[in-house]
Amino acid sequence: MEEKLTVSISPHIREDISIRRIMYSVVVALLPALFFSIYIFRMKVLTIVLLSIGAAVGSETLCQYLFKRKITITDGSAVITGILLAFNLPPDSPFWLPIVGSIFAVVIAKQLFGGLGYNFINPALAGRAFLMASWPKIMTHAWEIPTHGTLSGIDAITSATPLTVLKEAKGILADPLSSAQSIATAKQALFQLGSKTSLSNLFFGSVGGCIGETSALFLLIGAVFLLVKKYIDWKIPLSYIGTVFILTLFIPTGINSLFHILSGGLVLGAFFMATDMVTSPVTPKGRWIFGIGCGAITVLIRLWGGYPEGVSYSILLMNCATPLIDIYTKPKKFGVVKKKATTEENTKEKERLG
Amino acid sequence: MLYKTFKGGIHLQTNKATDKKKIKPLPLPERVVIPVSQHTGKPSTPIVKLGDKVKTGQKIAEAEGFVSVPQHSSISGEVKEIAHYPHPVLGRDALSIVIESDGKDKWIKRKKHDYTKLARSEIVEIIKNGGIVGLGGAAFPTHVKLSPPKEKPIDTLILNGAECEPYLTVDHRTMLERTEDIIKGAKIIMKVLECDRCIIAIESNKKDAIEKFKNLIKDERIEVFTLKVKYPQGEERQIIKACLKREVPSGGLPMDVGVVVQNVGTVCAIYDAVHRDIPLLERSLTISGSGIKEPQNVKVRIGTILKNVIDNCGGYADGVGKIIMGGPLMGIAQYTDEVPILKATSGIIVQTEDEVSIEEEQPCIRCSRCVDVCPMRLLPCEIANYAEHHNFDKCEELDIMDCKECGSCSFVCPAKRNIAHLVKFAKNEIMSKM
Ligand code: SF4
Ligand code: SF4
Repeated sequence: MEEKLTVSISPHIREDISIRRIMYSVVVALLPALFFSIYIFRMKVLTIVLLSIGAAVGSETLCQYLFKRKITITDGSAVITGILLAFNLPPDSPFWLPIVGSIFAVVIAKQLFGGLGYNFINPALAGRAFLMASWPKIMTHAWEIPTHGTLSGIDAITSATPLTVLKEAKGILADPLSSAQSIATAKQALFQLGSKTSLSNLFFGSVGGCIGETSALFLLIGAVFLLVKKYIDWKIPLSYIGTVFILTLFIPTGINSLFHILSGGLVLGAFFMATDMVTSPVTPKGRWIFGIGCGAITVLIRLWGGYPEGVSYSILLMNCATPLIDIYTKPKKFGVVKKKATTEENTKEKERLG
Repeated sequence: MLYKTFKGGIHLQTNKATDKKKIKPLPLPERVVIPVSQHTGKPSTPIVKLGDKVKTGQKIAEAEGFVSVPQHSSISGEVKEIAHYPHPVLGRDALSIVIESDGKDKWIKRKKHDYTKLARSEIVEIIKNGGIVGLGGAAFPTHVKLSPPKEKPIDTLILNGAECEPYLTVDHRTMLERTEDIIKGAKIIMKVLECDRCIIAIESNKKDAIEKFKNLIKDERIEVFTLKVKYPQGEERQIIKACLKREVPSGGLPMDVGVVVQNVGTVCAIYDAVHRDIPLLERSLTISGSGIKEPQNVKVRIGTILKNVIDNCGGYADGVGKIIMGGPLMGIAQYTDEVPILKATSGIIVQTEDEVSIEEEQPCIRCSRCVDVCPMRLLPCEIANYAEHHNFDKCEELDIMDCKECGSCSFVCPAKRNIAHLVKFAKNEIMSKM
């Protein structure tokens, strides 16, 4: 009898949950958007995504082998990094781009810091930032107009991303040297962007953009699944998107708030990248602050920064602030009415433990 | 309907398979092993010698000081040994008195008391002499809880009938089978504490017990509260918060907010001691889990060897993997089944080998599930990280001493980290330095 008995510490039951389960649920949640993207941009996208996943998983295995760590590629985290990186690339990317990006993401941003759980910035976003800094032309100009029929039945309005158009149009309007004709075109473009048709295109997905950010609808389907399963916390997406909405409502941006929410990578970022557990705060209050911070920085970059899009940089910046946020938002522990009787109980505890 | 509860905590599969099974008294054991330390506080000192003949209910060890209780012989017979025996809670051998039964169960002389005619101090004395401790698991001497200092008046007595640990149903059964005694016991305690409010707090999955109390209580000072089914609802601080919205100050005791909490089983023991002059020498407990052939509730004499209890419950099923004394969340795994049943043993859960999976720990992914469930609102993941690196100062900064070791954090962790264990380890280190 004796030798068969397991003696381990309590608790003696565990919830049926694992890192792997959470990670693969995120992968599943990303599938609707991926399938839609393949439908819109055709098989090229699939190749890019597969190359990206392959490079991520491959470099993770190699790193763990070289660093003599336990091989943990089956936990699914590298797969997510691969998909998310690909989602942040233009559909017309050359095939080496996802490979280089994924390798950077996994090796530099994740494994060098100690692997899953120890990285302080989101690997996929770090990969994207690296590509953006190294090959800005490819990263911003390889847009392709969706070619297939679209869900809303209306053809794409522009080959550039809506946010780029917005930025350019506003540049023209602000420039005193612009000709009357170009001003008229710019105004026309702005009007079009803010129209119902444009918004519904943004929602259903028939505008230029990165692989994963064209359709808010399909991203939301996945997000709802994760929220229901409680694998991601609603506080971050809510405060993130809420902040963008409120700020763009009050700051005159030349276009309505809905446009700001639906365009670019906001939905993708708010639900799938800002919610990355490893790199966001663990405290409830910290998550609110994290989301609000992301929202504010995104708006700042979009309106006044040099790039048309600010989602990834805002999340990266907030990733860096996460340790600090955690320290300053420590929850108020149970029973902090007054400090009393500490020594009394401590001695009792001491007696108890002999 | 919204039931009363606290913030945090976890929802568990309750597995209360034995809640319809009447508490069955087991046959007298042939031998009992009674450790001198079965409670929080100083161990008691044996007052019998080898070869002494003892009667059932006879005091065999005397309390050492105020925070300590005496032990009584739970059978009649002869003192065979005073030696070190495996102790189920301390995890090592501890001084115990071994008594061999003469099979006659001869009792000491008892006399019935009428508590209404006793002074408060007399009642407390009877309770202390009865060797009564908290039967819910903590084993804190009951007379200490019932002697709050003058400057801390008690306005509410809470009877803890939450029984939030899975599998355990003994409190539930006790509430059903000894409803009247519990009400009478409550009145005794209210007299001692001079308080005139009593709340019987029961989780909503014990509807029959709630109904029974509601029907039988004829005293408007006593109310029944229905609590949400959630772990650790039965933890003192959480039950007070749920019932009264009061938070026991960090480092303080329930009496600091004018409350005393007693487990329903303890209340029965108090009733037995005061009314019937029976010291604490038997208790009911749940025997359950898939490693048990016939899960049930039994009543046994204190000091009965665990193995004998199991044998009386149809024995083990095939492939026993783990024997847990207490509930699956806070109970203690045993390395042998030759340990005695203690005063505070609320149950024995036997798991099969398949259930005992020791999953590999992975690094924390900062998912914050542990933070969300911690009933003390701590940051378990961070504390565990610091504990792992022996950075105990940081642990203290993160209020590690407020942890109640409920295990909720370990339960929900997807990385299968032994958070509660790391916390416990760091707490011990910190306390040994104090
Ligand atoms: S539950 Fe586990 S993995 Fe999640 S934050 Fe806590 S310790 Fe880390
Ligand atoms: S840290 Fe302590 S009190 Fe909090 S959940 Fe873990 S064991 Fe329970």
